[in-house]
Amino acid sequence: MSFLTYLKDGISLGSVYAIIALGYTMVYGIAKMLNFAHGDVIMVGAYVVLMLLTKAGVPGILAVLIAMAVCTVLGITIEKVAYRPLRKASSPLAVLITAIGVSYLLQNIALLLFGADGKTFVDVIKLPSLSFGDGALIISGTTIVTILACIIIMVCLTLFVNKTRQGHAMQAVSEDKDAAQLMGVNVNGTISLTFAIGSALAAIAGVLLCSAYPIVTPYTGAMPGIKAFVAAVFGGIGSIPGAMIGGILLGVIEILSKAYISSQVADAIVFGVLIVVLLVKPTGLFGRNIQEKV
Amino acid sequence: MRDMGNNTELVKRMRRKTLRGNLLNYVIVLGAYAILQTMVMTGNISSLLKGLLVPLCVYVIAALSLNLVVGISGELSLGHAGFMCVGAYSSAFFSNAVGTALPDILRFILAIFVGAAVAGLFGILIGIPVLRLKGDYLAIVTLAFGEIIKNLLNVLYAGIDSNGLHFSTKSAMDLGMEPTGRQIIKGALGISGTPKNSTFTVGIILILITLMVVQNLINSRAGRAIMSTRDNRIAAESIGIPVTKYKLLAFSISASLAGCAGVLYAHNLATLNTKKFDYNTSILILVFVVLGGIGNLTGSIIAAVILTALPEMLRFLNNYRMLIYAIVLIVIMLFNWAPAALDMRSRLRSRIFKNRGSGNGKEEEQNGNA
Repeated sequence: MSFLTYLKDGISLGSVYAIIALGYTMVYGIAKMLNFAHGDVIMVGAYVVLMLLTKAGVPGILAVLIAMAVCTVLGITIEKVAYRPLRKASSPLAVLITAIGVSYLLQNIALLLFGADGKTFVDVIKLPSLSFGDGALIISGTTIVTILACIIIMVCLTLFVNKTRQGHAMQAVSEDKDAAQLMGVNVNGTISLTFAIGSALAAIAGVLLCSAYPIVTPYTGAMPGIKAFVAAVFGGIGSIPGAMIGGILLGVIEILSKAYISSQVADAIVFGVLIVVLLVKPTGLFGRNIQEKV
Repeated sequence: MRDMGNNTELVKRMRRKTLRGNLLNYVIVLGAYAILQTMVMTGNISSLLKGLLVPLCVYVIAALSLNLVVGISGELSLGHAGFMCVGAYSSAFFSNAVGTALPDILRFILAIFVGAAVAGLFGILIGIPVLRLKGDYLAIVTLAFGEIIKNLLNVLYAGIDSNGLHFSTKSAMDLGMEPTGRQIIKGALGISGTPKNSTFTVGIILILITLMVVQNLINSRAGRAIMSTRDNRIAAESIGIPVTKYKLLAFSISASLAGCAGVLYAHNLATLNTKKFDYNTSILILVFVVLGGIGNLTGSIIAAVILTALPEMLRFLNNYRMLIYAIVLIVIMLFNWAPAALDMRSRLRSRIFKNRGSGNGKEEEQNGNA
């Protein structure tokens, strides 16, 4: 395997992290909370697609769309039932612990429905692979779709946030909820919308992740969720291009350290790089430095 | 305290109140010990509960020590299991390396010191860079450190022979030991054959020591300085409190106590590996702290006991038990923290006790700790 192959794998994995990290970063930017259950929404999305394809025989694209719809509803429900009542709680930790509770809940529902054994994921993306330089570098259909999806999602999100009324509402709410409300922005609606977008992205990420690593278990989403969170922090939490670049960098670092150093300490290296970045730039690569005023 | 001369009566009353609160914690722990120990002595205890006694102590110590960082110092740490891991590994390594050269009791006491010291040292080493960060960034970096510690210990091999200690990060072969040498840390397999010195009594003694350390720290000059940095970092800095120094103090003491919990854990099991010390455990300990009330030591103890025992008590529900656990967790959080639920509770209470009004102690306490 050549360096280019590893690099390609890294970018592909990184794109998945980036899509998950976008969900994290948007939710954090607006609700100022770490949504620990985000990783488990990925797992739900993957299971929904798997069930639709194997049990119901739904065509691939439709299955993905249904999974996105299911995750969107799930995300909105979670926010409404578990997070919204705690938004004005006296400690920000309360909603964090509730999010952990939701994460356990989703994992255990999946455990009851599908069992602890990994289920083999089916091919959703049926595209031919590209070959360069007489097979020296083969890019599979899944990789192409993953990278394209990541770019498209980022461009659309950036346009959405900067050019539409709803996007402006999001920016306003993330800046100052009370002031936004006074200006006539529907704060609850905007937060729901953010969760909806984040969860729909999680469904896409679930499909892409499980197409590349085709085993689904109730815990599939947990570690990628954490890594994506790291990616979001890496790029500066709250920043959309930051999440994208952070995700891709993280994926590349992970795959390269697995390939050239040791697969056992790859995670340690990923986290080590994060620490170095944060120590040099305490708000991440693209984070805004907010000065506290007295 | 000197400038509060006019309020000496108030100060005295406050001191008495803290003293009473502190004593209450010792009484609770000793009371629980008396009851459970009687049950063990008379054989009125299920084997399930008996097996839980030491883990309960481990989690109580871990929760108390994390409360020092989260509640008193006001920083969110998600890597507490990493310090437990360091304490567990260093002490188990020590016990195995010493073997039968020292009597059991002395070796175990030294092992506790080794675990606490090494974990405390890691606390300082990690704390120096980490405590420059704030809020969620600090949380994610502590999480990262926890995972790094776990990852590195997974590739660590160590052994002992007549030439002394050997370390390697590649494989057991690379240790280059004499044939008579003993391999102690076996990479991902961890450490096996650690003497089982942990008992319920030792666990309780360690809890009492932890309580003493934490409570005395809180009620000392240093403790008040730590709390002032929590409540308003800028104000504390402007009156000349070295914020980083005090935060580091709390962080390293907390790490060291978590190391003690790790020692207790390591000497309770025949085999020790890093699996048990991932971020899920760190989060679990954080759940104890938050559920028990941030900054509230009694709450930490009770929450740790209930939440450790709950999954075992729910065993009859089989596959549904973790589901129920998750739902209970969410419902308790909503009930305890949602402003709407708190309102409803205080209204209910004022209806029952008409003359007390709506301002109740619990609410004030929580607001005070925010």
